[in-house]
Amino acid sequence: MLEMKHIYKYYNPGTVNEMCLFQDLNLTVEDGEFVAIVGSNGSGKTSLLNLICGSIPVDSGSITISGENITGQKEYRRMSKIGRVFQNPAMGTCPSMTILENLALADNKGKRYGLGLGVQKKREEHYKEMLRPLNLGLEDKLHVKVGALSGGQRQAMSLFMSTMTPIDFLILDEHTAALDPKTADINMRLTDQLVREKKLTSMMVTHNLRYAIEYGTRILMMHQGKIILDKKGDEKKAMKVDDVLDLFNEISIECGN
Amino acid sequence: MTLLISVLEQGMIYAIMALGIYITYKILDFPDLTVDGSFPMGAAIAAVLISKDFNPVLTLPICFLAGAVVGTLTGLIHVKLKVRDLLSGIIMMTALYTVNLRIAGRANLPIYNKVTIFENSLVKSVPEAILPFKNVVVILIITFACKYILDWYLETKAGMLLRAVGDNDKIITSLSVDKGKVKIIGLAIANGLVSLSGCIFAQEQRFFDVSMGTGTMVIGLASVIIGTSLFRKVTFLRVTTSVVVGSVIYKACVALAINLGFASTDLKFITAALFLIILVLGMERKRKVNIHA
Repeated sequence: MLEMKHIYKYYNPGTVNEMCLFQDLNLTVEDGEFVAIVGSNGSGKTSLLNLICGSIPVDSGSITISGENITGQKEYRRMSKIGRVFQNPAMGTCPSMTILENLALADNKGKRYGLGLGVQKKREEHYKEMLRPLNLGLEDKLHVKVGALSGGQRQAMSLFMSTMTPIDFLILDEHTAALDPKTADINMRLTDQLVREKKLTSMMVTHNLRYAIEYGTRILMMHQGKIILDKKGDEKKAMKVDDVLDLFNEISIECGN
Repeated sequence: MTLLISVLEQGMIYAIMALGIYITYKILDFPDLTVDGSFPMGAAIAAVLISKDFNPVLTLPICFLAGAVVGTLTGLIHVKLKVRDLLSGIIMMTALYTVNLRIAGRANLPIYNKVTIFENSLVKSVPEAILPFKNVVVILIITFACKYILDWYLETKAGMLLRAVGDNDKIITSLSVDKGKVKIIGLAIANGLVSLSGCIFAQEQRFFDVSMGTGTMVIGLASVIIGTSLFRKVTFLRVTTSVVVGSVIYKACVALAINLGFASTDLKFITAALFLIILVLGMERKRKVNIHA
């Protein structure tokens, strides 16, 4: 369970550009929830994820995961329990290393990176089995450098790599935004499948309202650092893309866009 | 013949240094100028120890460790104090100039008539016929030992992290590893190799000079770029092997220039000019590839 309590976050404090993004933000995500977060640019969606991961510090407030307070923890320490997929497919993989090496690196997360051989031959079959259902042909390219793959293939790799080891939490930061519609669909279905299989608690930021409606068990809409819509369960199931779109237009008009 | 041997000797000694630069420049993507200080530091430590009749073989691990300490310091300055990579190296390079003078006690320390790694009992027992090649053989053994150890290390889990951090440091954080620590380890190994190279160089040349490190970075980079761009298409060669060969080719180019009648005082200019030519040629190839792609 993730709990964010009384979160305050200012940007550029003490300057003329000072901007208050979060003021007393509270959010609880139960175990097993798959939260889709929508909202216009600058509404604080990605900042929210960055606060959870520790990429940016909070000014005040507390963040706990499964009862452990992680507010002051370094980013790399928090990541032992969190998997994260970025918008840019290049961020989740190492381009100059092969698929096999990338998977082996991710496979070792949480263990010590010592002087043992990096790639274990006996795991090769396991990786192939894992990649085969994707139908992207990756299983036959284990020795190809990831830099030679397409964005969609790399993003699928990133998804696998961030969920290979047991994690409490999966963070998806607009992870389909840089892909063409068809590849985005493939990656979205893969995400849903992985989340269900591994029973991951997940948070997904997306600009694709259809994904936000179709996938996930809870939907949040953010606007100017506040959560203005929060539906889960049957309430969420009853929602339609048009409902979200209407609300979206409403807040956009308020802003004068 | 003697020219060829001396090219091979020096090329192989510099190859160890080039392996270090390969780690920082190619793997870590960190332009590390510390090497201009850690190379003569290895030489200074070796010269002092040898002049005190210290066991020459032991100078090798000592110099490697000293270099590793210096590399760690550069890493700490960059990671903990958040100084830019280039500046961290320049700060260390400048400080090391004084440190090297302190170690050696003066600007120039000859070690003629002293026992170096090239004159131990094992080397003495070799047959007369290969005696002229004894230096080359000793250097070849050390260089290839370094190369193979580095090859092995880069295949380990720790080594894969090192390769990953230069490629995409976000992923190191995602793997729940401190990326700063990985960078520091890389810099330590790199400067250890550079210092080791300086150690052997001093014993081969039989002197230490405080200015002998000037241009180390340029020589190393030139070797790495020659090696990696010449053998880009040769897939059966490991990159580390290409770097070693690149270093020998570079030394041969310099020797050729000197043979053509340039004075040895022109050396640094030749170094710089050669480096520029190599850099530009390397870029030209890349552009052509892009057009054809």
